[in-house]
Amino acid sequence: MARKVTARRVWVSTAAAWLFGFLIFLPILWMVLTSFKTELEAFSMPPKFLLFHWTMENYATVQERSDYLHHALNSILIAGGSTLIAMIIAIPAAWSMAFAPTKRTKDVLLWMLSTKMMPSVGVLVPIYLIFRDFGLLDTRAGLVMILCLGNLPIVIWMLFTYFKEIPKDILEAARMDGATIGRELVYVLTPMAVPGLASTLLLNFILAWNEAFWTLNLSTLDAAPLTTFIASYSSPEGLFWAKLSAASTLAIAPIIILGWFTQRQLVRGLTFGAVK
Amino acid sequence: MGQITLQGVRKSFGPVNIIKNANLDIEDGSFVVFVGPSGCGKTTLLRLIAGLEDVTGGQILIDGKNVVDVPPAKRGLSMVFQSYALYPHMSVRGNIAFGLKMAGLPRPDIDRKVEAAAATLNLTPYLDRKPRELSGGQRQRVAIGRAIVREPKAFLFDEPLSNLDAALRVQMRLEVTKLQKQLATTAIYVTHDQVEAMTMADKIVVLNAGNIEQYGSPLELYERPANLFVAGFIGSPKMNFVSGEAVGEADVATLGVRPEHLRIGKEGEGWPGTVSVAEHLGSDTFLYVDAGKLGMLTARCIGEFNLKSGDRVWLSPDPTRLHRFDKDGAVIRT
Repeated sequence: MARKVTARRVWVSTAAAWLFGFLIFLPILWMVLTSFKTELEAFSMPPKFLLFHWTMENYATVQERSDYLHHALNSILIAGGSTLIAMIIAIPAAWSMAFAPTKRTKDVLLWMLSTKMMPSVGVLVPIYLIFRDFGLLDTRAGLVMILCLGNLPIVIWMLFTYFKEIPKDILEAARMDGATIGRELVYVLTPMAVPGLASTLLLNFILAWNEAFWTLNLSTLDAAPLTTFIASYSSPEGLFWAKLSAASTLAIAPIIILGWFTQRQLVRGLTFGAVK
Repeated sequence: MGQITLQGVRKSFGPVNIIKNANLDIEDGSFVVFVGPSGCGKTTLLRLIAGLEDVTGGQILIDGKNVVDVPPAKRGLSMVFQSYALYPHMSVRGNIAFGLKMAGLPRPDIDRKVEAAAATLNLTPYLDRKPRELSGGQRQRVAIGRAIVREPKAFLFDEPLSNLDAALRVQMRLEVTKLQKQLATTAIYVTHDQVEAMTMADKIVVLNAGNIEQYGSPLELYERPANLFVAGFIGSPKMNFVSGEAVGEADVATLGVRPEHLRIGKEGEGWPGTVSVAEHLGSDTFLYVDAGKLGMLTARCIGEFNLKSGDRVWLSPDPTRLHRFDKDGAVIRT
């Protein structure tokens, strides 16, 4: 009797999980499907699910009208660059907060987080003016800088929680064994924190890749990453759903592939410390 | 050489004084145990010697040299942690070799020393395993291996056996003692377990609330405790305390007698009482006796005593084994 109930419960929860997963996946699936439709079929009513005239035309048009590779390269450089710089700043910062905390460490951490509470649009005008005066508008360096600063609090927080989980005894043992702070970081702390470092790096890269507010407002063409590339398809002449979908599919493809191959790291990173 | 001297060592965390004024002379090659209740400062004192904490005042001398400003690695000491603190991403070999690698020894020397240490501790078959693939006892051995391979001036042990089960703890206790005698290296060992302290130590330091209460050999502490605290802390079951007035010694505030020095006497002889609980262990019998105005007394009798709850008994203390304390708790020597 009891076993039957359990089996049924497993079946129901499995079905529910699949349904839920499908619901989350649906917009992406719809976007991919729409990218293969003609503009007319893209907003036909009732919508066509699979039985439509499949075409690659949108992709050809998109590549013709704008240079996908140029924007993709910008995305990689901006997301990669901002992530790298954020990590270089965050590792020592998180190390000192985790292992040499002062009375004010908690406050500093909270203060950093509080910067994420303000809506970005609130500082758009001053930032825009600063960028204009320093000649940073539509430059990769400018975008790297702003995205790095925007994600730094999250990166430091994540690394801080990771480092906190590393037993202090082990670092003290290394100190007794004659390791200097530098060697302690290289031989003991970093190898132990590799999973945490990897998932922080990945998450930050994804956040930077998808960031649309600053990239849309501060770049036009030269430094424009894929987010700007997508946005260019919602034009004053009206929305071109099929082409917009094709552009979006192209824009998210690299990050989805990256996410697929690193999902274990990502899940571990996001749930770290929650379950022990 | 490994002679360690503490002179007026103090340590406070903010307004809290953890170590008040520690003076101690640890001879080269001796096995010294710091014992005391939790929170007495014994681990802090060890960490001060290790250099993992900075002293607030006073001097720590190793072989006559003040080391308070010397970083832990340069003090020539090695430490075994309660949590073992092995490097989880390194093999057993890597763990033991780490200190030698940091010291910049040539590779063949490192290999030779690691193999020798592993052989001493029966770890040779496990050299290429990771710590997570080892049992608790083996991990403990690796931690000890890491300490001995550096040939330090002294070993510092911070409750190293408290994570092991009872049987393994007894076995490791013997091994650690044997190893220390064989290497003839000074060892400082922190524990809250007085049995460990009594069995392993050449000398015991009893700590209480940041003060060194007494420093001496296990038998000295047992036979001549300096004060009420040491008298109550060392020995199991605990020493019985009765007020001096109640037994007709008005100039004595407290009279102490160990359970093993109370004999079951003839009727009318000694202190009368009623057996409240009798514990029969086979080799010993522990009697918990309600002795009226003297309070509860514990008596330990060798062998089997056919007494049960409610029986009337007379307890006579061995007059040569009485401990007398004044009103401040200090022993009165006669």
